Amino acid sequence: MSDAHSQIGGRIDVAPGDEHLEGSIAQRVMGYFIGLGLAILLTATSFFVAGTGLVWQPSIPVALVVLAIAQMGVHLVFFLHITTGPDNTNNVLALAFGVLIVFLVIGGSLWIMANLNHNMMPMDQLMQMQR
Amino acid sequence: MSTVALTESYHGAAVAREWSGPAPKRIVTGYGFWIFILSDMVMFSAFFATYAVLLGQTAGGPTGHDLFDLRNVAIETAFLLASSFTCGMASIAADTRSTTWFQLAMAVTCAFGLGFLALEGQEFTNLIMRGAGPTRSAFLSAFFTLVGCHGLHVSAGILWLLTMMAQVFSKGFRPDIQRRILCFALFWHALDIIWIAVFTIVYLLGSAK
Repeated sequence: MSDAHSQIGGRIDVAPGDEHLEGSIAQRVMGYFIGLGLAILLTATSFFVAGTGLVWQPSIPVALVVLAIAQMGVHLVFFLHITTGPDNTNNVLALAFGVLIVFLVIGGSLWIMANLNHNMMPMDQLMQMQR
Repeated sequence: MSTVALTESYHGAAVAREWSGPAPKRIVTGYGFWIFILSDMVMFSAFFATYAVLLGQTAGGPTGHDLFDLRNVAIETAFLLASSFTCGMASIAADTRSTTWFQLAMAVTCAFGLGFLALEGQEFTNLIMRGAGPTRSAFLSAFFTLVGCHGLHVSAGILWLLTMMAQVFSKGFRPDIQRRILCFALFWHALDIIWIAVFTIVYLLGSAK
């Protein structure tokens, strides 16, 4: 189809962001439309859930996080073209390592800070001791 | 380049593959930039962790529930999502070497990006005018750092976008320009992914409380 894609043809790997399928332009545009539709659906649901009283209130944070992760998945698949195919193994492995570090940083920070906060003396007592 | 036949086991069956030298430059460049984007996401995760830790430290000042205007955030989200879509259109136009469609799609992407930045700037000045600037409390410092850092990335992305438009205009779709367009598209889509985390964790969860 083009230079970029003939370069890729028959290769074991594919660059992140490149589409593996040698589809027609209409098919590729369609892929973006599907991604856009799903993303709009998930975003609209997020904003609806956050503002509504129809949903059991304690479930809202979990629902919002699940919707956000789902939308990130939609973006990765339809916009960044990260697939599970053998030509994408390197990209997926790098992504998995990135996600691991992100979870370690966020989860670890929250855990440590909550623990420190729990074990710290209340501020007024601390002030009295310093006098 | 020497041709070596590799035999690898794939789903139990031996598949022979031809190996003809190192990966093409497009894959190496794209993969390297992918690593950069992932490290950028790790940096954002540190800002998210800071924000989550400092969420309750409002020092008697306003909380997210008092400050955030979800209508504004919804429009910002729509702008960024639309720009991500038109950026995808620009990638297709670049692959098919259609200059007109590429410049048009990039111009629309730029307009949506600028609209996003204008709304965010308006929100920030509004907050500072109301006395809820980054110096008010640890919560607001963390908020301005996290959201401002994303805004800075969008600003840098727009500068890069205009550079790409100029380079395609003056140099055409050379292979090196194509690689830069690939990296730019990765960067722009990644910014939208980070924005998903921002609007969910900062705005939607913040105003729900």
